This record gives sequence, C-alpha cells and structure tokens, in this order.
Amino acid sequence: MNNLIILPIAIPLFAGIILIFFNKNIRIQRWLSVIASLAGIFFSCIIVQTVHINGIQTLEIGNWKAPYGIVIVADMYSSLLVLTTSIIAFTSLLFAYSTINVEREKFFFYPGVQFLILGVSGAFLTGDIFNLFVFFEVMLMSSYLLIVLGNSKMQLRESIKYILVNVISSALFVITVAYLYAVTGTLNMADLSVRIAEMGQSGLLTVISLLFLIVFGLKGALFPLYFWLPGSYQAPPSVVTALFGALLTKVGIYSITRVFTLIFYHDPSFTHQLLAWLAALTIIFGVIGAIAFWDIKKIVIYNIITAVGIILFGVAANTPNAVEGSVYYLVHDMIIKGALFFLAGAIIAITGTSNLRKISGLMASHPFLGWMFFIAALALAGIPPFSGFVGKLKIVQGGFEAGEYTISFIVLLSSLLVLYSVMKIFINGFWGEPKPEMANQKGSAKGMLLPIVILLTLTVAYGLGVEWLSPYISQAAETLLDPTIYIQAVLKE
Amino acid sequence: MEVLMSIVAGVLFTAAVYLMLSKSLLRIIIGTGLLSHGAHLLILTMGGLKKGAAPLLGEHAQSYVDPLPQALILTAIVISFGVTSFFLVLAYRSYQELGTDDMDQLRGNDQHE
Repeated sequence: MNNLIILPIAIPLFAGIILIFFNKNIRIQRWLSVIASLAGIFFSCIIVQTVHINGIQTLEIGNWKAPYGIVIVADMYSSLLVLTTSIIAFTSLLFAYSTINVEREKFFFYPGVQFLILGVSGAFLTGDIFNLFVFFEVMLMSSYLLIVLGNSKMQLRESIKYILVNVISSALFVITVAYLYAVTGTLNMADLSVRIAEMGQSGLLTVISLLFLIVFGLKGALFPLYFWLPGSYQAPPSVVTALFGALLTKVGIYSITRVFTLIFYHDPSFTHQLLAWLAALTIIFGVIGAIAFWDIKKIVIYNIITAVGIILFGVAANTPNAVEGSVYYLVHDMIIKGALFFLAGAIIAITGTSNLRKISGLMASHPFLGWMFFIAALALAGIPPFSGFVGKLKIVQGGFEAGEYTISFIVLLSSLLVLYSVMKIFINGFWGEPKPEMANQKGSAKGMLLPIVILLTLTVAYGLGVEWLSPYISQAAETLLDPTIYIQAVLKE
Repeated sequence: MEVLMSIVAGVLFTAAVYLMLSKSLLRIIIGTGLLSHGAHLLILTMGGLKKGAAPLLGEHAQSYVDPLPQALILTAIVISFGVTSFFLVLAYRSYQELGTDDMDQLRGNDQHE
C-alpha cells in the first residue's frame, strides 16, 4: 500500500480541472501547468527510487483486495516510462509557450495537455485491463482535442480519419475484453496471468491475444496498421506532434509488451514469432517512408514507425538481453522523438516551410540549432557516445542469441537508412548557400532552444551514464522476463 | 440465448463495417454507432445470460445476474457517447469549412491545400 504511486495520475487530473477555470488568463495557465509538470517529474523520480529500493509498489484503490478492486501497480518498467512522460510533458510545455498562438491557449490547450498526460501515466500504471481501456480513452479524447484545436482545413480533414480509426480500435478493445472475460472471468492482469497459466493457453486464448495485438498495433502503429499515422501526425502544430510522437504510440508498445510478457507468454513459438516478423516489416516500411520524403515532419514521423518495430523486435526475441535492450531503446526513443519534433518545429518556424528542397544554408544564420540537430541525428541512429547505441546493441545481441539472424540484420541495416534520412535533413537544410527566397524570412528560434537543450542533454547523459542506469533497466527487464514477480506483488500470495 | 445474441451482434458488426466503408461521412458515423451497440451487446452476452434477479440486494433472490459486465457496459456507453458527440460536431464543422461530406474529396494532404 503506497499512496505515492497515484500522484502521477492525480497531479495532472487536478491541474487540468483547475486550469479549466482560468481559460482566459494565459499567465496563470502557464505557471500552473509548469508547476504541475515539475511536481510530476519530482514525484516520478521518487517513485523510481522507491521501486528500485523496495520492489514493485501496488495500491489497491478503496482497500478492495487485488482481483476484486482496481489496483495501481508501479514496477520499474512503468515507473521509468512515467518519469520519461513527465519530462516530455515539461519540455513540451516550455516549447508550447513560444510556439502556440494565443487563440489556442485560450481554448483549453493546457488542460488538454494535462489530461493527455493523465491518460498516458494512467495507462502505464494500471493493473486492470478494463481500466487500461478507460485510460486509453482519456488519452485519446485529449488527443482528439489537441489534434483539431485551431481547426485549419487540414486539421479538420485529418482528425476525421484519426478519430474514425481510434473509434474502431476502441470498439475492438471492448470486444476483446468481452471475450477475455468470457474465457477467464477476471479483468485484473495478474489474476488473468494466473488463471491462464492454470488452464493452459488454448487456441481460443491465442486468438484473443492476437486481437489484443491488432488493437494495440492500431494504437502503436505496427505494420500493417500504421496507415493512419503519417497523415494525422502532420496536421497539428509541432508541439502536439512531439507529444503524440513521443507518448501515444509508446503506450501501444507498452501495452503489447505488458500483454505478451505478463499474460500470453505460454505459446511463444506462434505469438512471438508473428510479433517478430510484424516488427521486421514495420522497420522496413518505416525506413522506406523515411528515405522517400522531402518533408522534414514526414521524415521524423516515419522514424517513429521504424522505432516501434525495433522496440517490438526486442520484446519478441524474448531473451534477457533483447528485453533489456528494448527497455533502453523505448526510453531513449521517447526522449529523442520529442527532441527531433522540437527541432523540426524550430526549423519550420524559422523558414516557414517544411519542404527540404526550399531550405538550405541554415548553418550560417543558426549554427547552434544546426549542431544540436547533428547531435540528435547521431543519437537517433545509435552512434556510440549517445543514447541510441546501448539499446540497439542489446536488441541485436539478444536477437542473435535467439537465432533471429535475418531480423537482427534488418535492425542493423535500418540504422544506416535512419541515419541517411536525418542526415538528408542536415545536409540539405543546414549546409549549402542560403537560398535567396529565404533572406526575407528571418524567423527566430528564440525560446524554442531551451526545451531542445534539455532533451539533448538528457540524451547525452543517458548515453554516457549507462553504467549508472543499468541497475534500473535490468530491474525493469527482470520483471518483464519473470511474470511471477509481478503476480506475487499484486496478489500477495 | 447466447447463440442468438451472438448472431445479432454479428449482424450489427456486419452492418457497421458496411456503413463505415461508404463514402458519406454521416453513414460512417451511423456505422460507428452500430459498432458500439454490437460491442456492448457482446459484453452482455459474454458475461453469460443465465436467469437470475436484477443485481439489487433488496431483491433477496437465490441467484443474481453478473453485475460486472453491466458496470463495464455503462462505462463503455458513456465513453462512446462522448466520442460520438465530438465526432458529430467535428463532422458538422468540417462540413461548414470544407463544404463536403464526401470522403473521396477529403483525401490528400498538404499538397492539395
């Protein structure tokens, strides 16, 4: 019993509710939301440390015992993700202050962000499958608000598609929960795992696990369910895309990981093999998109899809090294995608276009931005001193240990193409002579640099401080590899 | 009884998929309504349709029907209600701004702006 672990859910909830009352007073909104997000970072740090020292923390809501009530569970995996979420939330707010226009700020932009964070943290922390559905809906409803807020024609058009896809996947989620309840008679994740271990994973349960894969694959943009993502993520302002790209797909990945390591781990030759090949195809289609486009936002968006594939391959390979690598890579990817979308947003703000063919020679006027983009590009591709390296190394090592040679090579090759796609932005955008038509567009990136600097410092520190971080990451991987730790913590047998 | 209900839910899903694949935005929204009806009916069916009293302790009955699926449905109904009303207003706004409800004309991206 520990009330501390509900704070990442409770703080954004109350902050969001209070912010609704001050929708015309932008100064109060900014201060309150930044204080709330700083409190979020502070308490998630404490949670990470508590879980590290005392093991998995659980909170039975309303004092009802575990399988009967709703239980909030913070193991190392979810608390690390909650910490990363609150860091992304804080930097996004800083970025929003200098980029979001006043009309949006007056129409509930900041409450929308707070409720989005509430949904994401709740989805990471819950221990109940229907509660996960509810937190998904909280997150999605706020994302509907954020994607359409400002109602330009493009936003209206793309949000129709985004909402339709998510309505369908939510209905599928409800249907899947109904089937699962009919077979097992419980909704608590730990209890589900126990009952499925007792009755054995029959064909029916494998079908249900694949339905979960479809539902979470739609949220997390897994091949062949990623078709909605490139259009939808291009429509809203850069800060919203950064929030979505860093958080929303990662909740889908988290759910797939949780479901396939905690509940449906009994038939890996079928489910995990399928997951591995879907991950490989996701990587391939992601890099094809990333090298095909000449639009800065599109390139970064397709890099999200590639990263989804790499993380899920780590989960599918299911060796200790691969799972540890996928935890490393998931946290790294949330940070670096936030940084890349901020950088893309800063470039678009300076030049007024996202078309790479119209931009060149930015290095002359914005050298600091240029070198930061260079660092972000190297970190994304996984060059050793930066954060992407260890995760990919462990995933590939684990992939070889599991005998998945083909897909491990695909992961290695994908790094090359990912590097090419972001270097394309760097070489075409920052090198060369400044174009004459850019001379009159002297936008400035003032105020946008601070959040980028924070995230890039974290990236470098994450890469250099691997020794210091590894006990935390291996603790997260340990729980994922051995479901009994989770079950004993929740059911207290 | 469960078999009959499963068939009814299946018919609802079929109609929903057919409507959601059509061109007009309003038909698509009607399709999402049918889809959520089907999903809610399925939860009720999967919870079991055995005979028993309504889940009120004042009934003093021998056996009650399962209360959990009913709570789940109630939650799912209000959520889909909220999403549907948002979706309807979005459809109305985009009809005002874009002047069409034909999904074929809503294709494309920034190149067509």
